Amino acid sequence: MTILTDPPKESFRLSMLLNDTRYRSLTFQVIAAIALAFSILYLANNLARNLADQGLSISFAFLGAPAGYDINQRLIEYTSQSTNLRAAFVGILNTLLVAFLACVTATIFGVLAGVLRLSKNWLVAKIMAFYVEIFRNIPVLIWIIIIFTIMTAVLPGPRAFRGDDATASMFLGVSAFTNRGIYIPGPYFTRGFGAAELGAVWDWVLVLGLLVASFFGARAVNARATRIQEATGIRPATLTTNLAIWFGPLIVVALALGLTFEIPELKGFNFKGGIKVGGPLIAIWFALSIYTGAFIAENVRAGILAVSKGQTEAAAALGIRPGRIMSLVILPQALRVIIPPLISNYLNITKNSSLAILVGYADVTATLGGITLNQTGRAIECVLLLMLFYLVISLLISGIINIYNNSVKLKER
Amino acid sequence: MKKSVFLGALTVAGLAAGMSAAATLDDVKARGTLNCGVTTGLVGFAAPDASGEWEGFDVGVCRAVAAAVLGDSNAVEFVPTTGKTRFTALASGEIDMLARNTTWTFSRDVDLKFEFVGVNYYDGQGFMAPKELGVSSAKDLDGATVCIQTGTTTELNLADFFRANNISYEPVPIETNAEAQQQYLAGACDVFTTDASGLAATRATFENPGDHVLLPEIVSKEPLGPLVRHGDNEWGDIVRWTLNALITAEELGVTSANIGELSAGTNNPEVNRLLGTEGELGGMLGLDAAWAKNAIMAGGNYGEIFEKNIGENTPIGLARGLNAMWTEGGLIYSPPFR
Amino acid sequence: MSDTHSQSVAFVRTEDVPPAPPPANATGPVKWIKDNLFATPANSVLTVIALLVIYMVLSGTLPWVFNGIWDSPSLAVCREMLNGESGACFAVLTERWNQLLFGFKYPSDLYWRPALAFALLFVAAAPVLFFDLPRKILIFTGLYPFIAYYLIWGGSIFTPLLALAGFVAGGYVYQRFVKGSFAVGFFGAIAAAVLVWTIGGFIIPSSEITEGAMQSVQSRDLGGFMLNMMLGVTCVSLSLPIGIALALGRQSSMPIIKYICVVFIEFIRGVPLITLLFVASVMLSYFFPPEATVDLFLRVVIMITIFSAAYIAEVVRGGLAALPKGQYEAADSLGLDYTQAMRLIILPQALKISIPGIVNVSVGLFKDTTLVSVISMFDMVGMIRGPILASTEWNGVYWELFAFAALLFFIVCYGISQYSQWLERRLATDHK
Repeated sequence: MTILTDPPKESFRLSMLLNDTRYRSLTFQVIAAIALAFSILYLANNLARNLADQGLSISFAFLGAPAGYDINQRLIEYTSQSTNLRAAFVGILNTLLVAFLACVTATIFGVLAGVLRLSKNWLVAKIMAFYVEIFRNIPVLIWIIIIFTIMTAVLPGPRAFRGDDATASMFLGVSAFTNRGIYIPGPYFTRGFGAAELGAVWDWVLVLGLLVASFFGARAVNARATRIQEATGIRPATLTTNLAIWFGPLIVVALALGLTFEIPELKGFNFKGGIKVGGPLIAIWFALSIYTGAFIAENVRAGILAVSKGQTEAAAALGIRPGRIMSLVILPQALRVIIPPLISNYLNITKNSSLAILVGYADVTATLGGITLNQTGRAIECVLLLMLFYLVISLLISGIINIYNNSVKLKER
Repeated sequence: MKKSVFLGALTVAGLAAGMSAAATLDDVKARGTLNCGVTTGLVGFAAPDASGEWEGFDVGVCRAVAAAVLGDSNAVEFVPTTGKTRFTALASGEIDMLARNTTWTFSRDVDLKFEFVGVNYYDGQGFMAPKELGVSSAKDLDGATVCIQTGTTTELNLADFFRANNISYEPVPIETNAEAQQQYLAGACDVFTTDASGLAATRATFENPGDHVLLPEIVSKEPLGPLVRHGDNEWGDIVRWTLNALITAEELGVTSANIGELSAGTNNPEVNRLLGTEGELGGMLGLDAAWAKNAIMAGGNYGEIFEKNIGENTPIGLARGLNAMWTEGGLIYSPPFR
Repeated sequence: MSDTHSQSVAFVRTEDVPPAPPPANATGPVKWIKDNLFATPANSVLTVIALLVIYMVLSGTLPWVFNGIWDSPSLAVCREMLNGESGACFAVLTERWNQLLFGFKYPSDLYWRPALAFALLFVAAAPVLFFDLPRKILIFTGLYPFIAYYLIWGGSIFTPLLALAGFVAGGYVYQRFVKGSFAVGFFGAIAAAVLVWTIGGFIIPSSEITEGAMQSVQSRDLGGFMLNMMLGVTCVSLSLPIGIALALGRQSSMPIIKYICVVFIEFIRGVPLITLLFVASVMLSYFFPPEATVDLFLRVVIMITIFSAAYIAEVVRGGLAALPKGQYEAADSLGLDYTQAMRLIILPQALKISIPGIVNVSVGLFKDTTLVSVISMFDMVGMIRGPILASTEWNGVYWELFAFAALLFFIVCYGISQYSQWLERRLATDHK
């Protein structure tokens, strides 16, 4: 039908799949999709055959069965009769707790060490360099074990507090530092909304509400001060007003409700009363913070060094005071460099908290991926759920990184 | 039994090893070694010594099976497993049998599809406490902090015991025995709980073992024994009857010392059947006639293995107790060789 | 001024006054100390605190170290020798050094083999790390994996030779056909290699060597620091090509390939390595065909490799993104196709930018190899936590062992990070 003199017609030839750039990418993608499908099929088939060989099956029914074991630290109600699912939730909360605490303290350690490493004091700068290098170059696993061992060996056991020839004594008579944990006085209200469990909750809700109100109050005061400053050039003193707003209502409420502290006391085998921060929590918390702190210190240092000296000089030339140069010129630019790696360090903390099993802290790896897995033998199910949990957390944190990155991206025109 | 050839090349290199098909016996014979799962280190039961040789009570069982099947008690690859990895290792065929002080429970037998072939040690969970604590019974432990070595049924028994007695406690789960022990010695926990045998073994390594007492309560039944996969009954039979051969040998007075003499033939028909001079028992298992003789020669009979690894003359110093022969008031009993 | 004295001798110095030395407090160590340690009151406080900290740390550790006992058969004997004084029992290191370095199952008369492999590693790595060295050494680098494999596992020499032959055949086919089309060269190379391995698999003798200098060693007999080194080196080198491929895939304009890569990378980066190791130890065996089980070492290598590949992919992606768009456009305008543009223009520059990042990932990965101790492999930490601390002789020695492990890791990691900094300075082509 085609005549040679016709302009080449769009007829499809098989070789175009490879040689024509319009189709080639399609070909590759189809090949990739087929290869992917086949490998998934292959793995699934192997799995099915293996399970069938052994008469096993994948079932999540064990999650509803009683867990049967106790957990030493729980943020929600849990007994050994609760389900495996609940045990997993206790673990998840514990993971989130230690990750959050470690993120806060690691940031403090890191900023401190990063700034001090740039200090003009030679000795301090060298010590910080030593700290950063030694923590960055030794595996976190070894640090966790070493810190746990140090804590256990150095702090006294509760037994050392007992008897007339006690070798240890309580700090200021109100707090006890033992290798089982730190016991500090716990606040409670004698004239609260009721002695019942729910009444105590309302007390704390009231306090929290006050803090929120104080926060907005203080903001309003500062905003007013700024307005006055912009109008008249004179900033009214806000310090006393702010202090009053923050602490006045709190003190009134504390007095009204009869705030008292429960002092921990050695009773039986352990200290009772007050607030207990468990030893395993402290060990993993401290180990993760000091380890990740070394990495954050490097980020902070790099961030500060990344702001070119010209910025400082230009700001100085404009007549800005040194303190304000830091807060208005250097820091905003340094933060752009510091924050993305900082958040990925937070991600690392969350993932490294899975090593908590080494110190006996009941995080999700220790409950769902540890004791539940051991007791039920449901390895595949437990590991899948475990990975799912970490994946969700990581994706959430990565999402935050992306939002931040977009918001501080240099607006190029 | 088809493997890709490249995987075959890897097998040669020792990177990929073993096959798990129905006939474990054939695999073991073809491979020339027995893959036996043990603990990562529990002195007395399975632990490598200073020169890297595995020794212990569970190891003795592995060696006996290897001797029975392959005629060589050294033809064993010991695969260290943790509480987490042991069942997968067995189910996936990485190991042929598991001798890792594993408690025989209903769900493990039925739900996880394993076959416990017998009991080589009757254990129970106990408590160890420092003498200065002045505790004489586990029921006095209200409010105590308890160190647990995780990975066994320990956590569950502990929870059950304290719940049944309506007292509170605080568990500190620790991964390895060495770390749990360190916590205990430093006073980070008041009592240490694990199987009574493990407690005795641990106490034996202390600087001052006399400062610590084992509380009288044994809160659980822990029949520990070797296990194999469901579905390969021939292999299960071999492991079961190797263990039984060791027990029967002690009952009949067959020891590694006199076995040479006895295997020449005796007046006791059961000894003859055991040692293969009479009857066809080895053939029925698919092994040669001297299988039980080899198994016993590997490390002695049940009593000898016990005495050598965990008996009263070792640092661990366990009495036979429940693990005495049934003729001496214990529970160790083997069906007859007939 | 009167002129009375005009004729008197004028006091005019003819020679220079020798420069007076600076005041004592403005020179030498005093000035240095003043400037660097006591510049301001706050600084002085910091200095005093720092000195106190140093004193406390040193006064605790130095007697312990110098009082150490290096020769004793067990902890009990060592404690007796110390007689209550503070002191370390380094004897555990002299007694068990071989287990810490090589694991407890590696035949002790064969220690020279991994040691030699370790020494050769430096020769093999040198041309990769230092560009000035003669390029000829790269041939040795290419051969090194096979030599190291043969040295560490021993056994029949035909196995590594066969593997090498496969690669050589693949390389030859690639060289031959890549001029025509990259795809033909690449897939032809793979086909050739697989063909060689398949045929060779039938031919080579499959017996193990059980004695002699080159006797076979099972991979589960590997352990100690050697295992950490092997996992680190193997997984990093395997993950480099995979990571680059993933990074390219993620940058690709083909949606399916892009999303496969994105999902893979984000999934792996989203979970802790320890859960991947759990997968290796408790799950992965279910995904292999029922007939063949792959041993733990290989499973762990697979998981760590894909773990580090995902991280390296992100580093390389950063390098790709950092290249000016003009480079891509220039490559297009020269009429290069995708593979040519990548091979000749983009990747050489992008990889150069990514090297420090890749080194960082490698250090992190090497440290993370200690996690295998959690899944019952006896690496350095596993040896300490397992057999050594469980033994009756050395039950209760913690500091000495972990200090030793920390020291070894520190030496290696610090060395690599120093190299990375040197390289960064070296590669810094911008002018400051």
